[in-house]
Amino acid sequence: MNIPTVADLAAKGQSPEVLFWVGCAGSYDDRYKRVTKAFVKIMNAVGTNFAVLGTEESCTGDPARRAGNEFLFQMQAMANIQVLNGYGIKKIVTACPHCFNTIKNEYPELGGNYEVIHHSTFLQQLINEGKIKLEGGGSFKGKKITYHDSCYLGRANNIYEAPRQVLEALDADLVEMKRCKTTGLCCGAGGAQMFKDAEKGKKEINIERAEEALHTGAKTIAVACPFCMTMMTDGVKNKEREADVSVKDLAELIAEAKGL
Amino acid sequence: MIQQIAFVITLGIATFFIRKRVLRIRDNIRLGKQVAIDDRIGERFQNMLLVAFGQKKMFKKLIPAILHFFIYVGFLVINLEVLEFVVDGLLGTHRVFAPFLGSFYGILMNIFEFLAVAVLLACVFFLIRRNVLSIPRFHSAELTKWPLLDANLILITEIVLMTAILTMNASDQILQGRDEHYVATGNLFFSSFLIPLFENLSTGTLVFIERFAWWFHIIGILGFAVYVTYSKHLHIFLAFPNTYYGKLEAKGHINNMPVVTNEVKSMLGLSTEAPNPPAEPGRFGAKDINDLSWHNLMAAYSCTECGRCTAECPANLTGKKLSPRKIMMDTRDRMEEVGKSIESGGPGLNDGKSLLGDYITKEEINACTSCNACVEACPVLINPLEIILELRRYVSMEESGAPASWNSMYQNIETNFAPWKFSPSDRFNWAKEESNK
Ligand code: SF4
Ligand code: SF4
Repeated sequence: MNIPTVADLAAKGQSPEVLFWVGCAGSYDDRYKRVTKAFVKIMNAVGTNFAVLGTEESCTGDPARRAGNEFLFQMQAMANIQVLNGYGIKKIVTACPHCFNTIKNEYPELGGNYEVIHHSTFLQQLINEGKIKLEGGGSFKGKKITYHDSCYLGRANNIYEAPRQVLEALDADLVEMKRCKTTGLCCGAGGAQMFKDAEKGKKEINIERAEEALHTGAKTIAVACPFCMTMMTDGVKNKEREADVSVKDLAELIAEAKGL
Repeated sequence: MIQQIAFVITLGIATFFIRKRVLRIRDNIRLGKQVAIDDRIGERFQNMLLVAFGQKKMFKKLIPAILHFFIYVGFLVINLEVLEFVVDGLLGTHRVFAPFLGSFYGILMNIFEFLAVAVLLACVFFLIRRNVLSIPRFHSAELTKWPLLDANLILITEIVLMTAILTMNASDQILQGRDEHYVATGNLFFSSFLIPLFENLSTGTLVFIERFAWWFHIIGILGFAVYVTYSKHLHIFLAFPNTYYGKLEAKGHINNMPVVTNEVKSMLGLSTEAPNPPAEPGRFGAKDINDLSWHNLMAAYSCTECGRCTAECPANLTGKKLSPRKIMMDTRDRMEEVGKSIESGGPGLNDGKSLLGDYITKEEINACTSCNACVEACPVLINPLEIILELRRYVSMEESGAPASWNSMYQNIETNFAPWKFSPSDRFNWAKEESNK
């Protein structure tokens, strides 16, 4: 893998066409690091001119803002915007819908204006441009895959089709859950729920959602968000189905189908 | 003449009460923070036309949408007839518009009757659906007592009012053949079915029935107009401004707090000017209704209590206390409480109570995943999430009362620049681990 940092490029007087914003989960979470790497492999394979911030990256502030700590959010946001503007970044791609939403919708008011795209859209564009070709669909051909909508892509930003088009490129049999797209059920982790236990109730949200996903009979549950990844994986484990059902990110599926 | 005087008095009383309530509601909404919503007028009008006038969001559930549409069109159109009622009442005339409209009047009356029957049937269907079928959103904890009674009262009142119109038209049609005071309307299709019921009655009795139904209908309508201002039925008016002022940004966007921006800028040495102290000191976030924007408050008055939000809420579906509908109902109840207190010279907002704590608990707001399912579901573009987030801001910033794990998450972000306890210097280690995987 070739993973240039923006600082490296700057030292050579260059700047990347697109910044890959890795996000905290993509940097630290063992499971999501695999998604980060899969995405990097794809970008390497198609020759994307990208770079990462490396240790200069920092939390966007999303969980702080959603939990209610506006000070902390804005401190993070301002610091990040200073770094991004300092490097003259114009375009950002990220594999995290939360980072995507925050940088795209909330940074402009604080002085950070960039073209921000989520990796599902990015992958869809590569497919449409013919840069990613999946002859015969590879190992997923005809297999049942269900896609779990991330709230921060779907309802929050109206991105419903890009992830589905990526899956269609796999020639897989895309089966929808009853609650999908605008009525997709949350995995339970948004709004900073990832960082605390759920309130008292009858059931955990991720188990409700995992049951619905398993009900489709799909052996692969596709996700496009690090929190959904954790919640759906835990839900599948709770139902003791981890042996025959896997939860995978779009980038992983593409990388796998391409043999990367 | 006596009827005219009685009518003027009735109209006067109704106007007095409606005016009083409208002013009260206006003042209650004005308790909210002043925020200017004056951008993108074209888009706003379009939203209002599509969502309020065109009921776009209702059509997610087809059959209720069609029935609701009948009630709604019936409401709009039958109000034209009320106009005639008022003119007749004031001038002592009978069907004053008939001579001007000629045969078109009969067509118009038949349209009204068709709508009256449609409204009647739709209301019967809704009564059964609400009370007999077990649809969870009509049986939640917050939908007992007054809210339940309110919903049923509205439906029953509409049924009774529509029956009055049909009775009036039936007796009127018989009288048209007996007394020339009763202007010919031509055959009125639906009420003709009722004629056999009244045919054998004496003219005097029929006149009484016709007059009774007339008075019953107009008093009913005026009484209903007063009642509406106390009811969830207020959405018939407020849905329009509420959709006009609805959020236009992406749903994922959370409103910025410029006060905080100023402070953060000066802390980071980014500010070119000294942080100008906010005009009104105010709190961070919301503890009570006056910390919410006027638009949040108007939304609470626009809420139809339909529960479509709660039916989609992942927290509520899994048994947590949070219900976005309750958030809106609580906001409205608190406004009404404060308003009443102000009206009677009481302490108003300073009554020792507040929206957060006395109405909405932390347990409820903490359970929200900010998934926007409620916002997406609402047929009148209400955003319960906005209120939840403002309450959370108060808890986190004014009380430092967030759950302990959130406080540690805050601390991690402050010290490690990540919500977890990882060292910032390890952030890029994944790149070195590439060969492992
Ligand atoms: S945003 Fe919060 S209140 Fe609304 S549906 Fe989602 S969890 Fe429920
Ligand atoms: S907020 Fe909207 S969806 Fe929820 S009960 Fe009120 S009107 Fe219905």
